[in-house]
Amino acid sequence: MTDTAPRSLVQDGLAFERPLRELELKIKELRNLATGTHLELSDEIHALEDRLRKQTVEVYAQLSPWERVHVARHADRPLTSDYVQMMLDDFVELHGDRVFGDDRAILTGLATMQGQRFLLVGHRKGKTVKDRLACNFGCAHPEGYRKALQKMRLAEKLKLPIVTFINTPGAYPGIGAEERGQASAIAKSILEMFDLKVPVVCIVIGEGGSGGALGIGIGDRVGMLENSYYSVISPEGCAAILWKSGEKAPEAADALKLTSKDLLRFGLVDKVIEEPVGGAHRDQRATVDRVKAQVLEWLAELSTLPTATLLEQRYEKFRRMGMPLGS
Amino acid sequence: MAWTRFAKKKDMPGGLWIKCESCGAMLFRKEFEQKNRVCGTCGYHFTLPGRERIALTADHGTFVEMWTDLQPVDRLCFNDKVLYSEKLKATQAKTGETEAMIAGTANIKGIPCVLGVMNFAFLGGSMGMVVGEKIARCIEHATEKGLPVVLFACSGGARMHEGAISLMQMAKTCGALAMQNRKGGISISVMTHPTTGGVTASFASACDLLIAEPGALIGFAGPRVIATTIKKELPKGFQRAEFLLEKGQIDRIVPRSQMKDELARLLAYATGRDPVAAYKPQAVAAEPVIEVPPLPLSEEEPEPKSKPKRKKGKQG
Repeated sequence: MTDTAPRSLVQDGLAFERPLRELELKIKELRNLATGTHLELSDEIHALEDRLRKQTVEVYAQLSPWERVHVARHADRPLTSDYVQMMLDDFVELHGDRVFGDDRAILTGLATMQGQRFLLVGHRKGKTVKDRLACNFGCAHPEGYRKALQKMRLAEKLKLPIVTFINTPGAYPGIGAEERGQASAIAKSILEMFDLKVPVVCIVIGEGGSGGALGIGIGDRVGMLENSYYSVISPEGCAAILWKSGEKAPEAADALKLTSKDLLRFGLVDKVIEEPVGGAHRDQRATVDRVKAQVLEWLAELSTLPTATLLEQRYEKFRRMGMPLGS
Repeated sequence: MAWTRFAKKKDMPGGLWIKCESCGAMLFRKEFEQKNRVCGTCGYHFTLPGRERIALTADHGTFVEMWTDLQPVDRLCFNDKVLYSEKLKATQAKTGETEAMIAGTANIKGIPCVLGVMNFAFLGGSMGMVVGEKIARCIEHATEKGLPVVLFACSGGARMHEGAISLMQMAKTCGALAMQNRKGGISISVMTHPTTGGVTASFASACDLLIAEPGALIGFAGPRVIATTIKKELPKGFQRAEFLLEKGQIDRIVPRSQMKDELARLLAYATGRDPVAAYKPQAVAAEPVIEVPPLPLSEEEPEPKSKPKRKKGKQG
């Protein structure tokens, strides 16, 4: 975390973080002063920490949907690569779709976590500028979805369950992507995920951007981190179309009902995984641990189901979503 | 998703004459409608209203509409200056349809099937809970009765007003196809102008056979979104049916005039019938004599174009 919020972030909708950051900075200064001068400041520090905690809880309880979208996109929020590093005991990355290329926007590999083996599939955003460019900011091309599907079929053969981490602004809109069948790659991945004869657990860890998210989002259990979002279109895109102005993105974010609580309310996800106070970016370790515990719990639960039941229930689950009147 | 963009074009000018969106030719409305909304000059296929599509595809009197009681619910209380629930009521009143999907059973040249047609006039054919539900029911009904299913796509994508609920209709429709595949059922998707967004990225691309009408815009992202993202001009013919055929994304391009015959042929293969018997080219009817009124003399009168913008409908 940087000591002061960069201006761009504040303008982007993270303004609510400013008083918290100021407090954090003050505590840090006091600590430095205490160690540098051997002054007894622990009472003051405790009081400030208390205030920070209370204020953080308060601020985060009242975030608008648009502000949550910014928390979901926060630069310090744990990414798929962080989960790989912090959560797994072993990881063997597998590359390539066997047809066209290796899309770095989707990471696939064999993983072990507390003795549980599985296939991990996750959108990859990258940390450094170079990485982020290589990963196309988490926007996958068709080869990404084809790679994911090819590895998921492998997992099925190896009788390994599948865990997917969703974190994408959306599938990439570009000439090459259209030429190579972006729509059909996503459609095929969605369809075939209904057919995988092994348990599938999906977690939205940040951005659940439309079809690009759903492309690896068909699971027996779907969880969402508290401050992640899942939407049919980005608030910016929706604002541009319906409000004819990208500046109306906060209104669009509100209208789209894209927060984890909304999704749970509509029965579109199974569970909201609570984040540490002040968001996942304040405590990566605790966030990763919570996700890890949820994944292990669900995998254990699903491992007891016969394959036929598993597939039937997977279809039934999505079949019930959005029932119209008169049905 | 970007259906509002196309929606503006749907209202054709009243009156006797219509200007072709592609070549600019003035078309006599009566003749144009008799040609099932295909431009007589350049072969451009206009978006066909859902009911006209059914009349053109199903054998006369065989279409039995189903699931007409399904009504959308505004679960999000979506409000973009106008309440979604109000918008629905107004659209229902204007179109006389309850939703953007017309579905039921029909015969196509004597072959029974389940037929689903998206209606672009209803909020740009966008897919919300009713459209998703009807498609899933089409596929399930077909599976249950051992019938093939034919789905005509014509949509700007998922319906924003239903948020993630409409996104999940992509899952619902694909899930139904997965179930049908397991039972060995056959599905045919016909993509017509325009088919984009969440509809292309779900059932429309996931059927066994993929057909497109000439010149239809078919893609995942809308051309405007792509142009803004890459900040470049898009190549000529990008995302048109002919482009998709060349890139290996679809099986066939079939002009509207031959669609019924072609579907019957494919359905014959799909259901163990004789395609030669099913495919009897209709005798060419004598050209009806149409009285053409004089062109309007207003400023709308088009200047004769030396070269048309696009050539369409060359595919036979």
